[in-house]
Amino acid sequence: MSHDTAPPRRRRGRGRDGYWPIVFLAPLMIGVVAFYFWPILSTVLNSFASFDPFGGRTFAGLENYRTLLGDSFIPRAVLNTAVYTAIVLLGIPIAVGVASLLTQKGLRFSRFYQVLFFLPAVSMPVAVALVWRMIFNQEFGVVNWALSLVGIDGPYWVTAPWWSLLAVSVVGLWSSLPLAVIILSAGLQGIPRELYEAAQLDGAGALRQFLSVTVPLLTPSIFFLMIITAINGFQLFDLLFAMMGQANPAMADTQSLVYLFYSEAFRQHDQGYASVIALLILAIIGVITLLQFRVQKRWVHYD
Amino acid sequence: MTDKRTTRPRYATHAALLIGGAVMVFPFAWQLIMSLSTHAEVTSVPPTWVPEKLQWQNYPAVFEQVPFWNQFVTTAAVTVARVVGQLLLCAMAGYAFARMEFRGKGVLFALVLSILMVPYQIYLIPQYEIVQELGWLNTVAGIAAPGIFSAFGTFLMRQHFLGMPRSLEEAARLDGANPWQTFWRIMFPLSGPSLSAVAILTALASWNDLMWPLIVATYDDRTTLAVGLSTMQGQFTTDYPVMMAASFMAMLPLMILFIVLQRRVVEGLAHSGMKG
Repeated sequence: MSHDTAPPRRRRGRGRDGYWPIVFLAPLMIGVVAFYFWPILSTVLNSFASFDPFGGRTFAGLENYRTLLGDSFIPRAVLNTAVYTAIVLLGIPIAVGVASLLTQKGLRFSRFYQVLFFLPAVSMPVAVALVWRMIFNQEFGVVNWALSLVGIDGPYWVTAPWWSLLAVSVVGLWSSLPLAVIILSAGLQGIPRELYEAAQLDGAGALRQFLSVTVPLLTPSIFFLMIITAINGFQLFDLLFAMMGQANPAMADTQSLVYLFYSEAFRQHDQGYASVIALLILAIIGVITLLQFRVQKRWVHYD
Repeated sequence: MTDKRTTRPRYATHAALLIGGAVMVFPFAWQLIMSLSTHAEVTSVPPTWVPEKLQWQNYPAVFEQVPFWNQFVTTAAVTVARVVGQLLLCAMAGYAFARMEFRGKGVLFALVLSILMVPYQIYLIPQYEIVQELGWLNTVAGIAAPGIFSAFGTFLMRQHFLGMPRSLEEAARLDGANPWQTFWRIMFPLSGPSLSAVAILTALASWNDLMWPLIVATYDDRTTLAVGLSTMQGQFTTDYPVMMAASFMAMLPLMILFIVLQRRVVEGLAHSGMKG
């Protein structure tokens, strides 16, 4: 096509790169428009539509939104998702501890420990969920066997509403810990050694150094982690789906918002109502993220 | 590293890391043990920690009981398609956003990034409708399609190209290379670390994804391993050892990849965040 060498000529209305940006961007943008921009618009429109079983849609006004307000499954799903997210967030302090142990200067076998701690980050959620389901089995699971050793009769983890949510949350914590450790380790390695040396000269002990140097300088990483953990938490689906199973009677009391979305959209085939649930998820994640950004000014240290 | 004055043996640290590490690895070890046990051993109380005789036949049994091989091939094909497609498209777009001048660049880039703020449930139903219209239900193309166009990959590649020295391109341009030649022969081959970060994140997301293939590929023999495992539970309920063997084999390829490319994977994940 164009073959301009000497002084870049300006073409009408185009920059020095002529039509090249189109060549480079078109393949990505065609997909982005088709699979992302158009769907956003379409979901908003669908939220005002009613679907018949044969795929026809008619304008339904605020009908789906009214259904949402009267749906008793929604508050329970929001609560379940919030409980799950809160428990997974408890992993962050644990991850701070693990990351600071792992990044100690001159620690031997650190690569071996990394393999142990990071393995859940690369393993398929569905596959680990199946294993945990066995571990939490009420009759022959290892958890209830361990509880029986101290005289506790373990619950029916996978079929009792609150217990199953707790079991799923523990697995969620276990599987999200590695990413937290990785991100915090990167943050820890970015803290200049001189700060510790200066603190040492001022007579600060190990604990003092941890509280006055490590934690404040780590707050940006912790904040980032809280954001992504909350976002991921509110998208709970894989673990729940695989650990509980679709036929589980406790599902109605344990389901997450995304599970509710999935079952409305692809099992009940009510795409209109499912679109409203999707928008609710967007709104909740937006509000939580906004709140966190508001509050961060009080505790996150940037310099 | 081996500074004698500062490195006292840290027994407490090692004890803590070993205990913590054991908790992290226990499910995998237990899964392996169960996959080599008999059904009676798996369901025994107290647990059978060491199987009396290793039941290797549980592994070939997976292939007889479920279309594991088909699902493996589908999963691998989808992953390769997504990784290759994403590397190429995101590198091209990232290069344009980093190095070219054109009207509306800022707005367009902001629009692409805005995708990252929106949870994927917003896209899912219309994406399904598009794939259905295209006749791509239950095909590799349908499972792979939306994941090829990644805002996050574009963002990472743009950051990467912003950080590369301009002198490289100027030299190529003086030699008469056009922008495509400059990109493809000079800039792309020099992007190894960033490309591998994108590749690792994409491979993980693709291999382990559940919801999208669950929606668009509903036939047992045309779907991915994640879906196969999750929906075959019913058929497996009486055969736990085979189920454990299947789930172990489904995870194995990426675990091997992780152990071999450990440093790269950790760097890639450190980049990620948003992809969780």
